[in-house]
Amino acid sequence: MPEAPAPAAAPAPLLMRWLKAFGAFWWDFLVGDTPELLIGVLVAIGLVALLVKASSLNGAAVAVFPAAVVLLLGGSVYQARRAKH
Amino acid sequence: MHPTTSAVTLAVAVFLASAVESVEALTIIVAAGVSRGWRSALTGMAAALGALVVLVAALGPALVYLVPVNVLRAVVGALLLVFGLQWLRKAVLRAVGLKAKHDEDAIFKQHVDALTLSERPEPADRGRVDATGFVVAFKGTFLEGLEVVIIVLGLGGGDHQLGLASAAAGTAMLVVAGVGVVVARQLAGVPENAMKTVVGLMLTSFGTFWAGEGLGVRWPGSDLAILVLVGGYAFVTWALVVLARPSPSPVSSEQARA
Repeated sequence: MPEAPAPAAAPAPLLMRWLKAFGAFWWDFLVGDTPELLIGVLVAIGLVALLVKASSLNGAAVAVFPAAVVLLLGGSVYQARRAKH
Repeated sequence: MHPTTSAVTLAVAVFLASAVESVEALTIIVAAGVSRGWRSALTGMAAALGALVVLVAALGPALVYLVPVNVLRAVVGALLLVFGLQWLRKAVLRAVGLKAKHDEDAIFKQHVDALTLSERPEPADRGRVDATGFVVAFKGTFLEGLEVVIIVLGLGGGDHQLGLASAAAGTAMLVVAGVGVVVARQLAGVPENAMKTVVGLMLTSFGTFWAGEGLGVRWPGSDLAILVLVGGYAFVTWALVVLARPSPSPVSSEQARA
């Protein structure tokens, strides 16, 4: 006797689909294929916060923040270049 | 920096960013209009624009008046920084040929092919709005528009210039729509990749400046530091393009000499 076909899964509720799409948009927007940039920016911000709040080293923060951004960009481009070759 | 100079820099950044996103949205809307009918495409676009206006009206004042300015600047600065770095990275990779250039003509053809293949409405239903055309135009406008909203709220909200930022974004959309009506399917003529590099530089510079200000950094020269950051990052981007350019392989050099 042939087996009865399994009942089709009920579609996810509209709210769940919206939440999933919303989460996917933000993931793609912030992370995409460059998670190193998001992590790097968060680390740089943490470092600058430490320099300013904990050590009152404003001059160091002014130099460190843009330098960290440049390193992040350079590192990410270098990584992409290596991956292609 | 004189307040007017700061406002002009902000308006230019929002204008360029919004123009780039508008070109991408227009490609999808024209593709939907050509293949599924203009009524559905324009209705989808109008519905998405309405939803975006509601979003800005709801979130804008709340962001500007309820969130402490330093918290707002730190969060918005971090967001702009991530976004700007992503754009700059893509710009460098495109410039050295490691990533395909954004070709609006190819994207347009892709959308038209996909939409033409899907089931069309019956002739009797032609007066109605075609669901596929509506959804494609709505989604394209809403998603690209959402990026504009984030930039407007980020740049405008961070500097309490929401009105100016909204006006710059609106002007960019009108200009792109006007150009779109004139050139119709020749969207590839828009120098989108060059514009993206400039936008990436501005978002990264504003992001660094505001995230720093939000954290308590006192930038030398106050707002003038934004221009210094733009110049510095522009130099680094150019240097990366020069350094990352693939060197000719020994084989091809031999072949060239032969």
